[in-house]
Amino acid sequence: MTAVSLAAEHHLGPLSQIPVGEGRVFEVPGGTPQSVVLAVFHLRSGAVHATQAACPHRDGPLADGLVGGTTVICPLHARKFDLATGAALSGECGLVTYPVRITEAGEIVVSVDDRGRADAQTAALVRRGDHRVVELHGRPT
Amino acid sequence: MSATEVRDGDAGEVTTPGRQRLVVIGNGMAGARTVEEILQRGGGPSFDITVIGDEPYGNYNRILLSGVLAGFEDAKEIFLNPLEWYRENDIALHAGVRVTEIDRWAKKVFGDDGSSVEYDKLILATGSRPFFPPIEGLTGTDGLTKKGVFGFRTIDDCNRMASHAALGPSGTGGRRRVAVIGGGLLGLEAAHGMVSRGLEVHLVHQASHLMNQQLDPSAGAVLKSTVEQLGLQVHLGKATAEVRGGDEVTGLAFTDGTELACDMLIVACGIRPNSELAARGGLTVERAIVVDDQMRSVDDPDVYAVGECAQHRGQVYGLVAPLWDQAKVLADHLTKIDVHAAYRGSRLATKLKVMGVDLAVMGLKEPEQPDDEFLQFSEPKRGVYKTVVVRDGLLVGASLLGDVSKVSFLMQAFDRATPLPEERLSLMFDLGTPSAGVGFAELSDDAQICNCNGVDKAAITGCVAAGKRSVKAVMEATRAGSGCGACRDLVAGIVDWACEGEAEDDPSAHYYVPGVPLTKPALIDAVRQQGLRSVSKVFDALAGGVEDAGSKMGLASLLRTLWGAEYDDERDARFINDRVHANIQNDGTFSVVPPIPGGVTSVQQLRTIADVAERYNVPMVKLTGGQRIDLLGIAKSDLPSVWRDLGMASGHAYGKSFRTCKSCVGTEFCRFGLGDSTTLAVRIEGRFKGIESPGKLKLAVAGCPRNCSEAMVKDVGAVAIEGGHWEIYVGGAAGAHVRKGDVLCTVDTHEEVIALSGRFMQYYRGNARYLERTYGFVERIGIDRIRAVVVADSEGIAERLDSAMQASVDAYVDPWQEAASPVTPGQFAPATGTGP
Repeated sequence: MTAVSLAAEHHLGPLSQIPVGEGRVFEVPGGTPQSVVLAVFHLRSGAVHATQAACPHRDGPLADGLVGGTTVICPLHARKFDLATGAALSGECGLVTYPVRITEAGEIVVSVDDRGRADAQTAALVRRGDHRVVELHGRPT
Repeated sequence: MSATEVRDGDAGEVTTPGRQRLVVIGNGMAGARTVEEILQRGGGPSFDITVIGDEPYGNYNRILLSGVLAGFEDAKEIFLNPLEWYRENDIALHAGVRVTEIDRWAKKVFGDDGSSVEYDKLILATGSRPFFPPIEGLTGTDGLTKKGVFGFRTIDDCNRMASHAALGPSGTGGRRRVAVIGGGLLGLEAAHGMVSRGLEVHLVHQASHLMNQQLDPSAGAVLKSTVEQLGLQVHLGKATAEVRGGDEVTGLAFTDGTELACDMLIVACGIRPNSELAARGGLTVERAIVVDDQMRSVDDPDVYAVGECAQHRGQVYGLVAPLWDQAKVLADHLTKIDVHAAYRGSRLATKLKVMGVDLAVMGLKEPEQPDDEFLQFSEPKRGVYKTVVVRDGLLVGASLLGDVSKVSFLMQAFDRATPLPEERLSLMFDLGTPSAGVGFAELSDDAQICNCNGVDKAAITGCVAAGKRSVKAVMEATRAGSGCGACRDLVAGIVDWACEGEAEDDPSAHYYVPGVPLTKPALIDAVRQQGLRSVSKVFDALAGGVEDAGSKMGLASLLRTLWGAEYDDERDARFINDRVHANIQNDGTFSVVPPIPGGVTSVQQLRTIADVAERYNVPMVKLTGGQRIDLLGIAKSDLPSVWRDLGMASGHAYGKSFRTCKSCVGTEFCRFGLGDSTTLAVRIEGRFKGIESPGKLKLAVAGCPRNCSEAMVKDVGAVAIEGGHWEIYVGGAAGAHVRKGDVLCTVDTHEEVIALSGRFMQYYRGNARYLERTYGFVERIGIDRIRAVVVADSEGIAERLDSAMQASVDAYVDPWQEAASPVTPGQFAPATGTGP
């Protein structure tokens, strides 16, 4: 990341809370709207990726999807996405992705900049066809 | 070397270190296709390729020669690969060179121009030549074939025939009188060509009907009257005794004493493989060069044969489709793309035009076994004749003459052994319903084909037009057929129609899962041999380490069935339902269904369920089709406590596994009851609950044939009948697909029902494709075969099936016990990003 980025880094806790090959959901507080919900995936290759949590098709929980290579399959209607790039592999609309790194202590650190956050929220609202405030689940314990 | 040679390749000197020298003898469709397949697999850099062909041209489509002969097609237009193609792909082409000797010890081949080429791998694709039967007088006094006598095989043959025909009798420019010996496909094509050029043509055939190898006598008769209307004169049952004339043909004499004057003769009595070169080289030649499943000669691991010169499992093929299959296998093998690639023979299905008449033939032309179903339709006036042969519910043969509107559907049913419509008539005719059998051309563009994903015909044909040429590619791009799957045959039919019958077969369609290039039996072998006990190990060992998300569930299901308790259960290979033992709903919540075996509940159970529903503010309480109670809208994080509060085991209303066994009231209260259905249903569910299987298993027991519990349309159903017996039905369905089950057998006791149902389910578990429900499985295998294996133990495996099922029953653990100790971190953590 360059110094001019407005990205804020968030510590999400140890990587060990995500079983290998699966995804888990995290909420990043702050900003307007008040928070961003991310799905973080811990691939079998060791790589870690973060994307928006809800499928752009019909809000399916992507973290509950099957993951293979860098592909995730939404559990509701089997839309496929590339976790590394966010690209849609079936269907039209892709995912917002967030830079994520693992610290030496094994902590997940995700960067969410204002633009990315706005993108994700706008996408969610446009999808829903309304502008009501989106209620968010808490971070897993 | 010939003047048309493209690259200097004398004596194979131009080689690159590290590359194998691949020499192909024969530049026909088989040789060139094999090279194309190798290049397509990226094999170019691994080989220095030399192609030697005795025709002085690039490679052309021999099938179109009849068009050239008829004058419809320009010879220039039928070339598949022009000379530039060889140059661009760095292939040394020795055109116009005939190989005269193979020295397998020196690994060298010698040409008739004195050249020699060394090889590391040699492919023989020498094809075949017209067969000239030993008829007296075929040759003139000079020992050469008489002037005016032709075979029909090459461009040169066509050119010579055309110029001879144009010359007219004795150079007068008048009309030639042509005799064609042979009333098979080739003879008819040759005759058609000559008729089209305005000649008087007599077709002489020894058998009693035309195309007797492919058609039954009735079809032959219909074809005869059609071709006669086109101006051809047909003489059947005529054996030629002698060709009259000195050095030039003047007529034919037949064994029955009659004669036919002619000044041109085309001999079309079939073909013979060109295998002499191989025989001289010491290779085993029977009817043709004998090869194994890798198209490798049985004598020399570096010598291969493909196409019409190869004999595989006793078969020599003379059509183009098998050749393509062979070329693919050989290319897979040589490039090591798929070291398990094996050719297992081709089922012959051909669609062609004979003299402008549409004809499609596949498999048997007539019934052969007493139980074969045979449908026959004849309308000679319109030149239409159709037959269909069905064995054990599968299409094993069909002939369509004059009207081939059903050909796509039939070829597909034949190739893929797909289930046939109960109403067999619809195999021959469109009955006006938009089923898989409808004429695809007549479907309107906006006709909805896939009702799950709302895909219409135009979307599918548009996708084909955009370049997707296989059913799988179209299904992936449009999502058609990816919902309930009921429309898949229809989608496949439309794709094939849009590709004009030339839809590409995607090899992955035959894989057990798309991400591992093996069929189910090959996969099972590899898993057993290499001791692969986890899904990730399978990807590592059999898929080059490439993990495929869409393959995980299928592999997990298979490994669990194969290894039982030894299975290394990686939770990420499970679908979410199987990770959290509940069925995911459209809002990311889950449904909870406790077991109610046989649909028999109690006040206590109802009260407990009611209390839980109230405590968790369950948005919907719903009775299921399986006679149970569904609590819908439960948050994932609430699942463990809901299960705990219910104090019940899992009802398994979410997995690819045994679901329920429902029941009617039976003898306990029903005044019609003939058998104790509730007790039996409770016992069945108690025994088989949660057993994993390729598709879900829904069972029922009915206390009398009124079938109130719908046992006849269940995966397995038991129906009590008068006399204290139980009928066991298998392969029923009443979902996306509706099918009445087949009676497996009739037994007398609950114990027998349980034992045979269990044995059937185990056979299904071991042999069904992933996600193949019992209705597809039973139709594919055939109820007779299943009955033989399961009831009569024809294969001696009953005991093994029973003990395998017993092991699975013994290994059963209620997954809702995981409420107390989650298996993975955050197993029940919410994953929904947006609340309701």
